[in-house]
Amino acid sequence: MRIAFKGLALAASLALAGLMPAAAQAPAKQEAPVAAAAAAPAANAAAPAATAAKPASPELAMDGAPAMTVKPMLGQPTDGLMTIQPQVTANGRRAHSFHDHILLPLITAISLFVLALLIWVVIRYRRAANLVPSKTSHNTAIEIVWTLVPVLILVAVAVPSIGLLNAQYKPAPANAVTLKAIGNQWYWSYQYPDNGGIEITANLLKEKDQVAAGERYRTDADGPRLLATDNRIVLPVGVPIRLITTANDVIHSWAVPAFWIKLDAVPGRLNETSFTIEKPGLYFGQCSELCGARHGYMPIAVEAVPPAEFAAWVKAKGGSMPGEAKPAAAAPAAAAAPAAAPAANAAAPTNTAEAAPANAATAEAATGR
Amino acid sequence: MTDTAIQPSAFEAHHAHDHHHDADHKPGFFARWFMSTNHKDIGTLYLIFAICAGIIGGAISGLMRAELMHPGIQYLQGWAAHLHGGEASLDESLHLWNVMVTAHGLIMVFFMVMPAMIGGFGNWFVPIMIGAPDMAFPRMNNISFWLLIPAFTLLLASPFFGGAGNGWTLYAPLSTYGEPGPSTDMAILSLHLAGASSILGAINFITTIFNMRAPGMTLHKMPLFVWSVLVTAFLLLLALPVLAAAITMLLTDRNFGTTFYDPAGGGDPILYQHLFWFFGHPEVYIMILPGFGIVSQIISTFSRKPVFGYLGMAYAMVAIGVVGFVVWAHHMFTTGLSVNTKMYFTAATMVIAVPTGIKIFSWIATMWGGSLTFRTPMVWAIGFIFMFTVGGVTGVVLANGGVDDYMQDTYYVVAHFHYVLSLGAVFSLFAGFYYWFPKMSGKMLNEVLGHLHFWVFFVGVNVLFFPMHFLGLQGMPRRYPDYPDGFAHWNTVATVGYMIMAAGMAIFFVNVIISLIAGRKAGDNPWGEGATTLEWTLSSPPPYHQFETLPVIDDDQHH
Repeated sequence: MRIAFKGLALAASLALAGLMPAAAQAPAKQEAPVAAAAAAPAANAAAPAATAAKPASPELAMDGAPAMTVKPMLGQPTDGLMTIQPQVTANGRRAHSFHDHILLPLITAISLFVLALLIWVVIRYRRAANLVPSKTSHNTAIEIVWTLVPVLILVAVAVPSIGLLNAQYKPAPANAVTLKAIGNQWYWSYQYPDNGGIEITANLLKEKDQVAAGERYRTDADGPRLLATDNRIVLPVGVPIRLITTANDVIHSWAVPAFWIKLDAVPGRLNETSFTIEKPGLYFGQCSELCGARHGYMPIAVEAVPPAEFAAWVKAKGGSMPGEAKPAAAAPAAAAAPAAAPAANAAAPTNTAEAAPANAATAEAATGR
Repeated sequence: MTDTAIQPSAFEAHHAHDHHHDADHKPGFFARWFMSTNHKDIGTLYLIFAICAGIIGGAISGLMRAELMHPGIQYLQGWAAHLHGGEASLDESLHLWNVMVTAHGLIMVFFMVMPAMIGGFGNWFVPIMIGAPDMAFPRMNNISFWLLIPAFTLLLASPFFGGAGNGWTLYAPLSTYGEPGPSTDMAILSLHLAGASSILGAINFITTIFNMRAPGMTLHKMPLFVWSVLVTAFLLLLALPVLAAAITMLLTDRNFGTTFYDPAGGGDPILYQHLFWFFGHPEVYIMILPGFGIVSQIISTFSRKPVFGYLGMAYAMVAIGVVGFVVWAHHMFTTGLSVNTKMYFTAATMVIAVPTGIKIFSWIATMWGGSLTFRTPMVWAIGFIFMFTVGGVTGVVLANGGVDDYMQDTYYVVAHFHYVLSLGAVFSLFAGFYYWFPKMSGKMLNEVLGHLHFWVFFVGVNVLFFPMHFLGLQGMPRRYPDYPDGFAHWNTVATVGYMIMAAGMAIFFVNVIISLIAGRKAGDNPWGEGATTLEWTLSSPPPYHQFETLPVIDDDQHH
């Protein structure tokens, strides 16, 4: 079943390639060298088919996703800044505020206090100013003070810190959109198990001078250098997202700073967390656990859109919204979905991951899928 | 613990024919340096070794900073081609980056800081400070040092067999089925040897400190440096076997088909992380505790005051050592720990700030009311206090499990641990070197060059590492050879900082060479009445065998 669908999709994209070479062929070619080590992902090949269904527009992302361009300072690093990236999730804003309004002032004050004390003793008790040293070497009262005051400060920090942890571990509600991110050397593949089993493979978009003629390269519309991917993940705004991570080979880590999310993708485990994106936009992240040679070259690009656009995108990808009649064309894909097996590389570690989800997701985080 | 009065003659057996008039009789060159049983000679060997390793590890970081100065890959491919003796593919060059990251970390931790702190200064001054003629097991002391040579050789040779690019943490499965070839095996064996060396050293220090103190030198009268080495030795003894077990299982996973860390066979990659960090977190205190001891001696000496709150200082180190064993999973906050686990490790980690705070404030209180002179060791020690504070408070930020969903594996972490190590441990190493160089060599170091070294190095490392906080806050991940253009500015600044720091190091080496050749002769006690520990009662350098007649420590003698 699965293989038949793959073959069908491949054939469709090949046929399309003849019709509109520029649009359809490019992603497939881009794929080939990078994913050569792993099996060629099937989902990608299906993408051009979706594109073909809509009028070709330069605004449109290659995979048929709604067009969206990069907003300055949002969802990406900004050169020369000394601050945390703007947060677009509730927990992100909470944690950002915890850092900016409690931790940062506290550590600045402590550092300056120690510096002031040092400057004072260096000036006041230098040899020229104090020839005869005192013999004091004990003062129980002050020793108790400088033990207890830090304890109290730490307790004061621990309260919001524990509260933040609690909030971060709140399980996603039943209506959440599930996104499964699978780390591979060196690209991310994604599944939307609740949306008819849409599968996406996201590879780094190389620069113009790094690709052969005719291959797709990064443009500024795709995003910044080293952050743009050939296929973006599309997620709805205002709807809770349940993120599940795992990996096929070594440990990777799925991270998007603007969401305050970083979750290791560990072979043999399913890790879970949740977040709700509050603002439409493009959000970028990078793999955050050393995973081999191209660790720095497997970015994450998320396009957050209003729920209606998300539903349209899901349809364009041949998927379905929960509770909705499945489109006939996507039936093979939907049938394969419940198994939620990764597209092409259902290697041993992933099978283990599927078999032992309870082990990985923690009691608080696990809600099952 | 009883104080055993050691008979000096017991340690003089091998040159009994000299009677005990010639304590300075030295064996020939080969016997002295290659078959050494003398704690001072072995300490010197350790220091020379650590300086060589530091130069190599520092040079590697220089290469990395050069590559990171601007976005894009500038030099990596050239270096890889050089290493492979011809063309190098992009993946080979990117792998070389990981090899450099790994080598820098392993060299600085296992072959620079640890040998210098414990092997170098520990060997030199622990026996002297407790009034002992030598270490308890002089031959074991020798093998401790000589195990490091093959260990370092294995590590240095590994890049020529492909290179181990797993990071110093050697996380499975990248280090098991993620990386074929002999290099990772060589790195693992290197750690085994270095670990064995450290365990033997730890046994030696514990035995020496418990059994060979001079009459009257009770545990509560020991200098704080000896206390720090004692606590460190216990950490080594308890932590290193766990590392040995963890990396042995890596070896068998790699070579003999076991699946301890392979989920396909029922193993678990996260198990490796727990084992590694059960060693790895005490390891960071192993690197910094002797530095605490060194700084305590120096602050007391140049304030002309006994250490403030001696008992609190000693037991703060014990507390740091104990609590250091129960906080390891804060290195693993993003691996999918349960919320309760994360809460516990958040709270436990914060607890460490309390004894650390006691130490910082006690050092300041030691200076308070003192009569301070700012000789070179003192400025390094004061610099240490401030820089360690800055590194420590960012540790409080990172202790919060909820914050680490952002900070984990970013440059904020890189900044944090370089502030406590490159500016903490390394400042204390320089402080100790300037403090004890006259005692070890009999020559004074140049004060002007010493101060110049301090200021250039101080500015350099701050320009180098402080911007890394900003990179981390903007989200830049660690271990990346290339980065989006949004990280360009602070990376350029950091590389400029490296250049300043390197200039500071040049001043240091000039100072050492000049002083060794033409330095002023050092008296027995060049630092004045504030220097009260036993090493200053001996000549500079001390006789080949000291304390043939054991010193007796009076009841009223200060630490």
